[in-house]
Amino acid sequence: MDTQSSYEGAFASPPTDSAQAFRAAMRAMARPGTIEAIAGARAPEPFSEAAASLLLTLCDPDTSLYLAGEHDNEAARAWVGFHIGAPLLPADRADFAVGTWGALQPVSAYKVGVAEYPDRAATLIVEMPSLERNGAQLSGPGIKDTANLNLPEIGAFQANRRLFPLGFDCFFTSGQSIAALPRSTRVSDLSAEEAA
Amino acid sequence: MTAQAAAAMDDYNFAYLDEQTKRMIRRAILKGLAVPGYQVPFASREMPMPYGWGTGGVQVSAAVMTPDDTIKVIDQGADDTTNAVSIRKFFERTADIDVTERTSEATIIQTRHRIPEELLNEDQILVYQVPIPEPMRFIEPRETETRKMHALEEYGLMHVRLYENIAKHGAITTAYAYPVKVEDRYVMDPSPIPKFDNPKLESEAIQIFGAGREQRIYAVPPYTKVVSLDFDDYPFDPSKANHPCALCGSVTSYLDEVIVDDKGGRMFVCSDTDYCASRIRRQEQAA
Amino acid sequence: MYVAVKGGERAIDNAHTWLAEERRGDISVEELSIAQIREQLALAVARVMAEGSLFDPDLAALAIKQARGDMIEAVFLIRAFRTTLPRFGASEPIDTGAMTCDRRISATFKDVPGGQVLGPTFDYTHRLIDFTLAATGELPPEAQAGEPRTEPTPHVTEFLDREGLIQTEEDDTKTPRDLTREPLDFPADRPLRLQAIARGDEGFILSMAYSTQRGYGRNHPFVGELRVGQVAIEMDIPELGFAIDIGEVTITECETVNQFMGSKSEPPQFTRGYGLVFGHCERKAISMALVDRALRWEELGEDNVGAPAQDVEFVLSHADNVQATGFLEHIKLPHYVDFQSELELIRKLRAEAETAKAEEDASPFQEAAE
Repeated sequence: MDTQSSYEGAFASPPTDSAQAFRAAMRAMARPGTIEAIAGARAPEPFSEAAASLLLTLCDPDTSLYLAGEHDNEAARAWVGFHIGAPLLPADRADFAVGTWGALQPVSAYKVGVAEYPDRAATLIVEMPSLERNGAQLSGPGIKDTANLNLPEIGAFQANRRLFPLGFDCFFTSGQSIAALPRSTRVSDLSAEEAA
Repeated sequence: MTAQAAAAMDDYNFAYLDEQTKRMIRRAILKGLAVPGYQVPFASREMPMPYGWGTGGVQVSAAVMTPDDTIKVIDQGADDTTNAVSIRKFFERTADIDVTERTSEATIIQTRHRIPEELLNEDQILVYQVPIPEPMRFIEPRETETRKMHALEEYGLMHVRLYENIAKHGAITTAYAYPVKVEDRYVMDPSPIPKFDNPKLESEAIQIFGAGREQRIYAVPPYTKVVSLDFDDYPFDPSKANHPCALCGSVTSYLDEVIVDDKGGRMFVCSDTDYCASRIRRQEQAA
Repeated sequence: MYVAVKGGERAIDNAHTWLAEERRGDISVEELSIAQIREQLALAVARVMAEGSLFDPDLAALAIKQARGDMIEAVFLIRAFRTTLPRFGASEPIDTGAMTCDRRISATFKDVPGGQVLGPTFDYTHRLIDFTLAATGELPPEAQAGEPRTEPTPHVTEFLDREGLIQTEEDDTKTPRDLTREPLDFPADRPLRLQAIARGDEGFILSMAYSTQRGYGRNHPFVGELRVGQVAIEMDIPELGFAIDIGEVTITECETVNQFMGSKSEPPQFTRGYGLVFGHCERKAISMALVDRALRWEELGEDNVGAPAQDVEFVLSHADNVQATGFLEHIKLPHYVDFQSELELIRKLRAEAETAKAEEDASPFQEAAE
């Protein structure tokens, strides 16, 4: 993948591949904590196939994008320029941001929308080493009772929930897997609760 | 449609809309799911059917559709009403996907004015056609004002209006498009479904509402709290005509009143045609 | 036994076939060609292009033919087609000063540099039915064309501008928002308002403009200038590094000069209203300028007298005839589920009222209690 040209990596059949990818992303966003399969696009290192597929599905010249940390490299910029055409902007002005949780910090920088237009908020694409249905406990819209997901931390998502209906929304990507955490989800630390 | 016109449709993209338009709609759907009940503005496109005839629903369906889907389209609960037929044909032609009249077989159900009787499951998406997405539009015609009211969670006017009903008529006189509060935050118009359908808004399925002319998309994720507005002394009443269906005998389904002669003769039959036909099939098998 | 009506699909197919037959009319009468519509119903074509937001006379002519002359239906066909077109880029702003004018008049000056050019206008025709048109084959006499101007025709408002008598319109260099790609939201700035009015229904914009003339938000307009003609469309080609001509469109432009009393801080000055429409559409261009001016009350520090034409949200939300006609006509669709819901409710309320009345009548103590 290191030698991937910026012209490669698109969906083989954009209309249907992006439709499949979107359905996975939508199911993930509608049911926080579930892990869906998403694939078909390849971007330069260190992008996961899931993140690349999500970017091709949601981003275009009408959306601004922030590449964080290692995800901001020459090959990535060229790939984004050719396949997506999204203007690259700093974190506080971006509609979408992609990177590891560490690289995306501080998350307080991102757009959270305004009272009249809470939709004008950023979507973070958080690259993860893996996605597992354990760890933080989730509840709220889209979740029958509770769900679990290995979130990178708890506090930031609790703070984000307190802004509701404002706040950013997150996708988590790893390999060919995707999960999501909208701002509406309540997050609690399962281990802390068990200990209590 | 002539053969020539049918051939011309092949020049359009999968599910008609171009990819950039689909991305724009998809982004709006995701934000809608993230903020349940909030109306997300979207740059609705002119569709090849008129505004007010389901363009919002069609755009949402086209944006969520994959080639593996099976779509069902209903209007007034029926699969064979003209506009439902027309929309179903549109997707058959532009997306080449399977269509069905069976609620249980559909992965996407586009509807106007009804929620199917049969409970939906986690693998289904219900897409509503919405004429006026703003629940307070008839109290306050200005979008700038209603948007402020939503922002400030100021829904007093809505309650006042409902209470005026009670004072005047002794009951809440809203019979359809009955307003609901979603997840204790946004007051939402469930589209002009009869209030009988309101309890089914709490569902396992993903529900997406599309208003094309008014350029709004909103959503209710599965397992989301949806409460019909009411008062302690006047609780919400989802009642319907107190008759059994003349065809299948159902006493729990929503009924259409059919005038059968000019002497006052009438009968009541299920509005959900698939529900009614399925029941009749089962009764025949059992007999 | 009652059986629910089936066969919607066949009914639709049959209706379409019948419609096609009706469109063609009596087949012993020769069929209209697109060229005939384009050339001989040119103002209808212009209106469809203006409200359809697409400059393509042949396509507009075809839409008129397909729509059987229903103008809003033709506009709708063009819009639905337009929205599927890919975008290759945006042209440079057109320069109406460089227009080749077929017609150019000013009501504010007797004569102006560049001249008053009457052009092809109905204005001074006597509206008498011309029965000779009912006969065919006779060619009209050839019009005497003057010397075509090769130099640019300056705008009348520039003369006022030079004296500082009219408010200067500054180019803020911002890329205007695009109404066809973004949802309309409020407050709507002037570029957005002008876009909405330009593609708005001619009848609606005319009535709004007329209402301001009659006093609902009066702002004393003069037609500073009205011009109709052809302008070049230039597009910047990044590979070339400069702009090239990619074609020519016919447009109508109107600038009105309006009174303005001035304020404590600003000396009295004239202000402007602006109208620009595809094709030869004078009524629409002038109406647009009046409505534009009326909607500017806030930026010009005028009073909002509550006139409909001053209400941005009202005007912009109701100007689009494709939206309006769709929503209006959708009430032809079945609504029997909602109606049933109301029917049940009203029966229930009536039954309750009758029960209450019966109880009241039955009570011997009622009168005494009251």
